[in-house]
Amino acid sequence: MELTLWTYEGPPHVGAMRIAASMEGVHYVLHAPQGDTYADLLFTMIERRDRRPPVTYTTFQARDLGGDTAELVKRSIQQAVDRFKPEALLVGESCTAELIQDQPGSLACGMDLGVPVVSLELPAYSKKENWGAAETLYQLCRGLLKSQVPAPGTARPGSGRWKDENRRPRVNLLGPSLLGFRCRDDVRELRGLLADHGIDVNVVAPLGARPADLIRLPQADANLCLYPEVAGPLCSWLERNFGTPVVRTVPIGIGATAQFLRELCTLLELEPPELREADQRSRLPWYSKSVDSTYLTGKRVFIFADATHAIAAARIASRELGFTVVGLGSYSREQAREVRAAAKELGLEALISDDYLEVEQAMAHAAPELVLGTQMERHSAKRLGIPCAVISAPLHVQDVPARYAPQMGWEGANVIFDSWVHPLMMGLEEHLIGMFRHDFEFVDGHLSHLGGASAPAAQTMAAPVDEVAEVTPLSATPEGGALRWTASGEAELSRIPFFVRGKVRRNTEAYANERGVAEITEETLYEAKAHFSR
Amino acid sequence: MALTSSLPPVLRESGQREVFCGLTSIVWLHRRMPDAFFLVVGSRTCAHLIQSAAGVMIFAEPRFGTAILGERDLAGLADANEELDRLVGDLLARRPEIRTLFLVGSCPSEVIKLDLAKAAERINTRMQGRVRVVNYSGSGIETTFTQGEDGALTSLVPLLPSSPEPQLLIVGTLADGVEERFLSLFARMGLEAVRTLPPRQSTDLPPVGPGTRLLLAQPFVADTVRALERRGAQRIAAPYPLGVEGSCAWMAAAAAAFGIDPERVAAVLDPLAERGRRALEPLRRKLEGKRLFLLPDSQLEIPLARFLHRECGMELVEVGTPYLDRQLMAEELPLLPEGTQLSEGQDVEKQLERVRASRPDLVVCGMGLANPLEAEGFATKWSIELVFSPIHGCDQAADLAELFARPLNRRELLQWN
Repeated sequence: MELTLWTYEGPPHVGAMRIAASMEGVHYVLHAPQGDTYADLLFTMIERRDRRPPVTYTTFQARDLGGDTAELVKRSIQQAVDRFKPEALLVGESCTAELIQDQPGSLACGMDLGVPVVSLELPAYSKKENWGAAETLYQLCRGLLKSQVPAPGTARPGSGRWKDENRRPRVNLLGPSLLGFRCRDDVRELRGLLADHGIDVNVVAPLGARPADLIRLPQADANLCLYPEVAGPLCSWLERNFGTPVVRTVPIGIGATAQFLRELCTLLELEPPELREADQRSRLPWYSKSVDSTYLTGKRVFIFADATHAIAAARIASRELGFTVVGLGSYSREQAREVRAAAKELGLEALISDDYLEVEQAMAHAAPELVLGTQMERHSAKRLGIPCAVISAPLHVQDVPARYAPQMGWEGANVIFDSWVHPLMMGLEEHLIGMFRHDFEFVDGHLSHLGGASAPAAQTMAAPVDEVAEVTPLSATPEGGALRWTASGEAELSRIPFFVRGKVRRNTEAYANERGVAEITEETLYEAKAHFSR
Repeated sequence: MALTSSLPPVLRESGQREVFCGLTSIVWLHRRMPDAFFLVVGSRTCAHLIQSAAGVMIFAEPRFGTAILGERDLAGLADANEELDRLVGDLLARRPEIRTLFLVGSCPSEVIKLDLAKAAERINTRMQGRVRVVNYSGSGIETTFTQGEDGALTSLVPLLPSSPEPQLLIVGTLADGVEERFLSLFARMGLEAVRTLPPRQSTDLPPVGPGTRLLLAQPFVADTVRALERRGAQRIAAPYPLGVEGSCAWMAAAAAAFGIDPERVAAVLDPLAERGRRALEPLRRKLEGKRLFLLPDSQLEIPLARFLHRECGMELVEVGTPYLDRQLMAEELPLLPEGTQLSEGQDVEKQLERVRASRPDLVVCGMGLANPLEAEGFATKWSIELVFSPIHGCDQAADLAELFARPLNRRELLQWN
């Protein structure tokens, strides 16, 4: 039993819903009580979908439990097939139905429905949403492709076979799904990128695919594993059974996009891409080199996201923007190894956790100037008064923009530059407002967009038990109150830009504690500064 | 069977229901009682549901959470009980300001028959009065959406002190501002002994006894009413305080139950009613003659339909309700116009077919259905807003009507050429 207040991922059947809702011609019958229908709003509200996800819930009630719930399942399956006429049917259960063991999948398989049926077993008490999505995509493809799997020992076609067949090379884009981060736009960006290199797209799945498209998956010369959280198991299975090679580099950022193209071209025996391509196609390299960006140097960045976006963000932040990554982590346990490796490269230890309070604590401790995270980190950062850009699911409706805003490819790099640097510019503005606040022209109402969260410690002490009191203090003075800030010390501290003030306060206090200094004056502050700058 | 002579038989449907479960009510209950914590004992789905219904995570550490059952808890109930005790211990140590802990049962905890009443008893003994622990079920196999509040309030009834004194007890959560307004209006009528359930502090529980008269602010508190009646309280028959008419009748019924001079009551209510109707007038012009279809969701559908028809002139195509409680709707049903089609329960696909066939001007529905219906060309009002907004009382009647007029206004405002 584990206490959870807010979660990064839903249960695994929500992952299955993401696959079904991303596709066309697929229907999912879910043995679940009525409350579970809340999941529809994830699609209709967060993604603003104009139709309901293709899911039929049995919505069994307590009074059904005494009777024949299996009959209810069969009736729901038959009605769903009659009404929606799907080309493939997914059948599964949510956490409660798992306990009553009606085995809806087996029931469906015994029903002679005239459509391919895929029975999903998604253990609700040990697995989560992304695992459920990956398992569903894998099981669906496996179910549809079973009969096509070549016998062991059959010669595998080489990835240069497109030359012999006198056609352009073609690849599958695997992993983009609803409720994933900017998948819709990433697909469009990659289609363009691949077209520029003479590569065709065979199938995009699950987003927009029909079951008949999945049957064509083995016709590709390579699979692009764009979101390993969702497509990892499928890519491995296709590689093992059909010999289709996989490109696992995720093309987010300049370096990764270039590496992705090199890998893909090598694999397909194509001309390697020109080195100048990045500079010609994306503004990020020049924008990052331009003098205005000098102030980005060494900005402290804290990153927490799904594995795909966390790893990509760490690479862009450290190599392409000149930030200092002060924290890197992910809630994707299945990809923990990759995240740990990326953190190690930066001299960090990765935080692998699905406890957002632990993440918030790590964030506060790292005293970053920018947070790149999920909606959860956006809220934590807001409480701590730190600017934040959202880079990964879980999403809010505002993370599904109307405009074209990919993360992948050359345009994705442009979008990333703007969306990460924008909150920092605001941070600088914040500093200027702080500098000018004693001028007579300054109006009190000129509050920051951070909503006054820049002095959380003081608020926390003063407020009674209400929302404000639930704010975690950014820096707390040591217990017992042995340390005292003098007026001069406080005054000096207040002149320091808000976004580093917490760190300076903590460093100074650590220094004072170490030296046994009880009173912190402005001189202590400068001594500490000198001490830590060595 | 016909309900009253003028209404056709109720359409009873059993099929896929598109309604939240009772856990959702935690979203407003925890705000009502800032010293209470709601601990759902359930699955990741429960946590995800509350999070999704709440919209965004505003609070770092909200006063609700989910004890997520793991495979080990399912393997042995002994372990599950031990785990729950440990988790509650940690939680209460971390949140010393909590005075009442609600252990909330869910679908999985009900199915594995985890005895939360026993758990509450066990933890109560251990806490020695520092925290009161009660339990109820918000599971979707037993409760819909707003019914969760009924369960929570019912669990508090045994804790209420006894008192034979005459008093009015308002049952059901009202927005704080609205409640204060009602209290001051009752005071003007000379009715001072007015208490509320739930109270604003979970420890400030109102007494109950033979002198207690119950006035229902919400139509989904049936079990609470029965529990209070067993303690000697009596329900005042009244419509619900939605709209000018409902609010006035509601307050007047309470005043009458305490023998207050009708002239004194009229002196307080008449100017309010006049002003309320004046404020409603422009909205009535907007809504009049518009056809309304209510899908079952919040259990407020019948009183809302009554208000929107009688005070705003809307035509009722179908009034759906998750379940029909004849007793608690006894004063509402006769106010519905002749021929109103009520439906109870749901078969969402069939109901949507009826929506498409009848082409209403406005559909009231849950969040899962709103955008798909908009995309089909229907104006919608999502009903969850109705349980989060101050909508009760004469002064709020125009605000309530405005919630329904807004989608229609918006459609008129938008132009694409």
